[in-house]
Amino acid sequence: MQVRALPYLLLAPAAVFLVIFFLYPAVDVAIQAFTSDGEWTWANFDQMVSHWKFNTALRNTLLLALIVVPLQLALSLFMATMVTKMKRGRDLILYIWTIPLGISDLAAGIIWLAILEQNGFLNSALYGLGVIDSPATYLSYQNPFVLLIAVAIAEIWRSTAIVLVILVAGMGLIPKEYYEAAEVFGAGPWKRFVKITLPMMRPSLQTALILRTILAFEVFAVVIALAGVQMPILMGEVYEWEFRLRESGVAAAYALVILGISIAFTIFFLWVLRTPKEARV
Amino acid sequence: MAEIKIKGVEKRFASFTALHSIDLTVKDQEFLVLLGASGCGKTTLLRLIAGLDFATEGEIQIGGKRVNELPPRSREIAMVFQNYAVFPHLTVFDNIGFGLRMKKMPSDQIRQKVTKAAEMMHIEQLLERYSGQLSGGQRQRVAVARALAMEPEVLLMDEPLSNLDALLRMEMRAELKGVLQESKTTTIYVTHDQVEAMSMADRIAVMHGGHIIQAASPISVYRDPASRFVGGFIGNPPMNFLPAKRSNGHWTAAGVAFDGPSVDKETIEFAIRPEDLDPSDTGLSGRVRVVEPLGAHQLVTMDVDGHLFRAVLESDLPIGSGETITLAPKPDRIRWFDPDSENALQ
Repeated sequence: MQVRALPYLLLAPAAVFLVIFFLYPAVDVAIQAFTSDGEWTWANFDQMVSHWKFNTALRNTLLLALIVVPLQLALSLFMATMVTKMKRGRDLILYIWTIPLGISDLAAGIIWLAILEQNGFLNSALYGLGVIDSPATYLSYQNPFVLLIAVAIAEIWRSTAIVLVILVAGMGLIPKEYYEAAEVFGAGPWKRFVKITLPMMRPSLQTALILRTILAFEVFAVVIALAGVQMPILMGEVYEWEFRLRESGVAAAYALVILGISIAFTIFFLWVLRTPKEARV
Repeated sequence: MAEIKIKGVEKRFASFTALHSIDLTVKDQEFLVLLGASGCGKTTLLRLIAGLDFATEGEIQIGGKRVNELPPRSREIAMVFQNYAVFPHLTVFDNIGFGLRMKKMPSDQIRQKVTKAAEMMHIEQLLERYSGQLSGGQRQRVAVARALAMEPEVLLMDEPLSNLDALLRMEMRAELKGVLQESKTTTIYVTHDQVEAMSMADRIAVMHGGHIIQAASPISVYRDPASRFVGGFIGNPPMNFLPAKRSNGHWTAAGVAFDGPSVDKETIEFAIRPEDLDPSDTGLSGRVRVVEPLGAHQLVTMDVDGHLFRAVLESDLPIGSGETITLAPKPDRIRWFDPDSENALQ
C-alpha cells in the first residue's frame, strides 16, 4: 500500500462520520432556515424576530453567559492555583471537584430544583432553623432575577470543572524556573500570577473560554428543569418551535443565531488571547 | 556591594542531608566558584543563598544582615539560571527590565539601565525580539543582562554556561569574566567544569558529598589540594597516586625512596601531577601502554608498579608503547595524602 495514502485512509472513517452527522445536518438546517415552501426567503427570520419571546430569550441567554463564564473563569483560576500548589492529595481533590461533570445537565437541574423548590431542601433547612416562618417560593415568574441566579448557580456548580481541568493542565506546563526567576527579580505572589501565570496560560485560557462560552449559549436542560418556560432562552426556543409549534424553519433560524453568536465569540477569543507567533515557546 | 557569610548551614531533605554544616565567607567583590560533581550540593547551597530554598540550620548573612527569613526579592540579589529562564512572552527589553519594573522605577531610568546592560552583553540590537527568536547563546546573554541591570549586591550564577556548545562556552567564559570584573559585584558561580572554575575564579570552593573540602585560590587548589579527592577531581589528566611504605626514615613508592612527612603510619599515599615528571635515569619506571600526541605535549599512560600512571611530556621525546621509561618527579611538587582520612599530609 502507498504509505502516503495511509494517513488519509486512517482519517477517512472520522471524516465520513462528521460529514454524515454534522456537515449534512448543518447544511440542511441552514437551508431550512432560509426556505419556506421550497422558496428562498427571510420569512423564518422575520417570524423569529417579531415574536415577543425572541428578545427576552436572546437577553436571558447572553446575560446568563455573561454571569456564568467570567465567574467560572475566576473560580477555576483560583481552584487551579490551589491544586497546583498542593503537595499531596492533589488528584483526590481534582476527582472530587470534577464529580459534577459526570452528571447530566438535566439531572443537575433536577438536583438544584430539589434544593430550591417550595418544599425543597433549602426551605426545609431554613424553616427547621427558624429563619423563616413558612416556605417561600423562589422559582417563580414573579422573580425573574432569582430564576436567573438559580440557573447561574446550577450552571456554575455543574460545569466549572471543565474550565478547571483545562486550566490545571495548562498551569502544570509552566516551568518552575520562570516563577523562581520572577521571584528573584522582585515579583510577589500576585505579580507572579499576573505577569507569569496568566500570560503563559493564554493557550489554555483560550481553549477553556471558547469551549465554555459555546456551551453557555447552548444551555437548555438546567433552565428547563429549574425555570420551565418562565425563563425563555435561545435553545429552549429552538425546542419550542420545532416540537411544540411545529415550525422547523423558525427553529432552524434560531439554531443559526446560536451558531452565529458562538462563531463570533470564538473569533473574539482567538483574537484577544492570541499569542504572537514570535512569542510562542 | 556586600559580603556573604554562611555559618553552620545545613540542609536536610527528609532522610537525606544535602549540606553538612557549611561555613563560608565570600568577601565583598569577590568572585567565588562553587565547584563539584553533580549531586555534591553546590546548587542547593546557591538556592539557599538566593532564598529559593530554606536552610534547615545555620545562618546566612548578606551585607551583615541575616537573610534566612527573607524572600528572594528582599535579598538584593540577582540570579542567572541554568536554563536561562528568559520569559518567552516578553521581549528582550522587557525581560532585562523585568526586575526594574518590579521595583517601580521610572520608565526613562529603566530604558537607560536596560540599554546599558544590553550594551555590556552586546545584545542592544536584539531588544525588540522574543526569546523564541534567539539562539542559546543570545538567551544566555539576555539572562546575564537581566541580572546586571539590577545592579545587585550579590550575583548568583547557576551553571550559566553548561548549555552552550564548547566553542561558545570558551568565548562566553572570557567575556563574562571581563564583564563581572568591571561590575565589581560579589559573585557566586556554580559549575562542574574545572576549567571554568580555574580560569574565572578569585577563589574556588570545592564541594563533595555536601561538604566544602577546600576553599582557596585556583592555583593553590591545583598545587596544594587539601585532600586526595581534590587532587583527583581538579586537573586534566588528574593527579597520579601511588602507595608509599615506610622504610629507614624514607617513604618508598614503586621501589623509589622519597623524603616525606613524618607521620605515625605504615602506608601513606604519594601523589604527583602528570606534568611534574621529567625523563631521567633514576626515578619511577613503568611500561608504556598508550601514547597520545596532543600537539604541544604528549600524554603517556603507563603502568608503574601495577598502578595506572599518566605523564604529560614534551612531544619531541621519542616514546613508543611497550617501552619501559623512567621518570623523575619534581621534588617540590610531590604531595602526600593520608590513605584513611584522605587529607593532605605536610
